[in-house]
Amino acid sequence: MDIYRDLFAGVETIGILALQGDFELHEEALGDRGLSAVRVRRVSELTEIDGLIIPGGESTTMTRLIDKIGMRDPLLNFSGPILGTCAGLIMLSKEIEEDRDRHGVEPLGMLDVVVRRNGFGTQIDSFADNVKWNDGTTNEGVFIRAPRILEIGNDVEVIARWNDEPVAVRQGDIVGLTYHPEVG
Amino acid sequence: MTSRWTDEKIQERMKLKIGLAEMLKGGCIMDVTNAEQAKVAEEAGAVAVMALERIPADIRSDGGIARASQPKMIKEIQDTVSIPVMAKCRIGHFAEAQILEAMGVDFVDESEVLTPADEKNHVDKYDFNVPFVCGCRNLGEALRRIGEGAAMIRTKGEAGSGNIVEAVRHMRQVQEEIRKLTVLREDELMAEAKNMGAPYHIVLETAKLGKLPVPNFAAGGIATPADASLMMQLGAETCFVGSGIFKSNDPKPRAEAIVQAVTYYDDPAKLLEISMELGEAMEGIDVAGLPESEKLSSRGW
Repeated sequence: MDIYRDLFAGVETIGILALQGDFELHEEALGDRGLSAVRVRRVSELTEIDGLIIPGGESTTMTRLIDKIGMRDPLLNFSGPILGTCAGLIMLSKEIEEDRDRHGVEPLGMLDVVVRRNGFGTQIDSFADNVKWNDGTTNEGVFIRAPRILEIGNDVEVIARWNDEPVAVRQGDIVGLTYHPEVG
Repeated sequence: MTSRWTDEKIQERMKLKIGLAEMLKGGCIMDVTNAEQAKVAEEAGAVAVMALERIPADIRSDGGIARASQPKMIKEIQDTVSIPVMAKCRIGHFAEAQILEAMGVDFVDESEVLTPADEKNHVDKYDFNVPFVCGCRNLGEALRRIGEGAAMIRTKGEAGSGNIVEAVRHMRQVQEEIRKLTVLREDELMAEAKNMGAPYHIVLETAKLGKLPVPNFAAGGIATPADASLMMQLGAETCFVGSGIFKSNDPKPRAEAIVQAVTYYDDPAKLLEISMELGEAMEGIDVAGLPESEKLSSRGW
């Protein structure tokens, strides 16, 4: 299962949120598939794209920048497909488990899941292992200080698992992954 | 015996180490000395904090032996923030690094800011699960550190000086030497590796990539949004800010401004807007007047 090809099939211009994080690795991943992307750092640039990737990085940093530059509402109103990886999933989620993430920021709430940041621990607990998609295919997932999905809303479908745990979820045109398909 | 450059387990681990460095790109990593500062840094949008007992400006003025920070103080910071926590060990002091790893810090900085523990050898960083960042003044030094297993390189600059001149020198030097590698014939690269004192296989890889094989960050003397922009325009992928924030007269807005300056480093109008309301930067010192023996950047081999 190639989530880039699946989610962005027929999408004319893919944008990558480039406020902070590994947006270059997503550009390379798209390039490997013969797809191109533009970087989005300003509110006005959201109107020029048809699909969006929110990359890995620090969700607190990116969310604070989004609020500082007034990008929250334009993101909530964005109508194309959105892929969030790691920090991107955290930002899309409805809720961040707050008792652990004392200084968590307000997520966008576009994906009806509850997540736990740094769900496996610190960097020395980061790992790579196979994830299994619903269509039976597997690919390597790189989990770096990865979040965990704790609760899933009724309209959300689990589309890939690691062991029995959900690591990729989809709600309509919005997909969130706890790992990094762009690293590897 | 398998070599560490072909050993799959070690290479798999390198992927995770470099992966975290990739996540920190386009951000600002701030030096903090207590939980309160760490909170200010996190709220300002830092991508990580560097936990240390004294910021470089104070290490410089206080003198004495600068060692790895007390675990208790690092633990308090780990309990306060949810962003990655880095900590420094002395050059070559692998036992300090082992303790930092046991604490679960996210990155170890084998740093010239602390007093070196070994005058010949750096830490064998492949031995660790925790990733390392190391400073450099030139490409040879950068590639030696990568050869030892560093997952991120930063300029040394001159820590605690509030003076950007050394970081500029080091970044320009590294970039110039990389550009040179890309135009040499492949049969000239062994001689160049010999000249630089750098591992041949990493020289080859760098020549092919046209950039370092690990993320390349700036550190040492960044005090203003313009300093951060300058380093990013010269090729840095993230900025470490040490004394520049908590030695300024109003740390929070300065921290927020530098975070934005890294994102919008190539947009002068935006840089103007975020620089407008800032108070005084740290005072700083003229590096040219520093005797060689007082330069922190000359530590490391």
